[in-house]
Amino acid sequence: MAQVERPLSPHLQVYKPQLTSVLSILHRITGVGLGVGTLLLAWWLVSAAYGPDHFEVSQAFIASWFGRLLLFGFTYSLFYHLCNGIRHLFWDAGWGFELKAAYSSGWLVVIASIGLTVASWIAGYASGGAL
Amino acid sequence: MVEFNLPANSKVGKGKTVNSANGAARTKTFKVYRWNPDDGNNPVVDTFVIDLDRCGPMVLDAIIMIKNEIDPTLTFRRSCREGVCGSCAMNIDGTNTLACTKATEDVSGDVSIYPLPHLPVIKDLVGDMSMFYAQYASVTPWLQADSPPPEGQERLQSREDRAQIDGLWECILCACCSTSCPSYWWNGERYLGPAALLQAYRWIADSRDEATGERLDALEDPFRLYRCHTIMNCTKTCPKSLNPAKAIAEIKKKMLERR
Repeated sequence: MAQVERPLSPHLQVYKPQLTSVLSILHRITGVGLGVGTLLLAWWLVSAAYGPDHFEVSQAFIASWFGRLLLFGFTYSLFYHLCNGIRHLFWDAGWGFELKAAYSSGWLVVIASIGLTVASWIAGYASGGAL
Repeated sequence: MVEFNLPANSKVGKGKTVNSANGAARTKTFKVYRWNPDDGNNPVVDTFVIDLDRCGPMVLDAIIMIKNEIDPTLTFRRSCREGVCGSCAMNIDGTNTLACTKATEDVSGDVSIYPLPHLPVIKDLVGDMSMFYAQYASVTPWLQADSPPPEGQERLQSREDRAQIDGLWECILCACCSTSCPSYWWNGERYLGPAALLQAYRWIADSRDEATGERLDALEDPFRLYRCHTIMNCTKTCPKSLNPAKAIAEIKKKMLERR
């Protein structure tokens, strides 16, 4: 038989997104988000140590709409990664592998991470006197 | 390696459309992946419209009808037609399952049919399973014991010990789980995948087997076992309702326990 270059069958292109895989990739994305957010936090702190002129620049950037968007992403990354991390700890102990349990815990993580993010932003704006 | 896009020779084009329903009352459209090794072209998706009243209830009935009545070159594996042999595993309506146990009426809209994901295609819906079988062989899936069996009888097990391998021995090696796993897609040469790992655990959990230490040694590797990130696509897709993700977690626990 002649050697032929075989095609690779479609994978991501055809596989239906489902809670299992979507939450898994979200865990990784929010992990990256935590890295980026930590850089932002470090820059803010270092600029404060450098003096008022530097601090004014970083403070202005973080207070801009884009800065706030980054901060919001950072907050969501933190809470999602935290909640799903706890879900992973249960898995590591061998619990919650039944499909029904995995779906319940998945939805719980989605709701909890959104709830905590929104709550902390409300608390932030309220304590700043903006609400 | 993580490669989100298909290679140039694997990009899927549009194929032919054949309507064999002749104005029937109940029809269904099947979109089937085709690739012919002999014509040098890229894969395509062919569209077949069939009369449901002349066809059996399962997706396998439909593709057998297509092969018998419309296009005899359509190539796929099938054997038992009752979910025991695992031959007709394919990607139907976006998830992996057995064509023989998937009811056509359970698919809303058109029925898309692809080979199991991320495999080299031999022809149409037939993927190359060589690596999958080699990985299965690598977990030495047979009973290993140094002590001789009791005189004149087989090795006995208590009911409790026997229950430990329930949910494991039922695996039919259809490869639905392994080929649903993104980790297996990206690292299939080094990560054993859910099916082979469930089979490994089937022997680890068997009270008659005495090679648990060697079995765990063979899996103690950043890739072979630990590329499992508990995505759980495997458990979600298993047509036998088994739980490979749980079996893998049990292996990871055993690794910790023996430290």
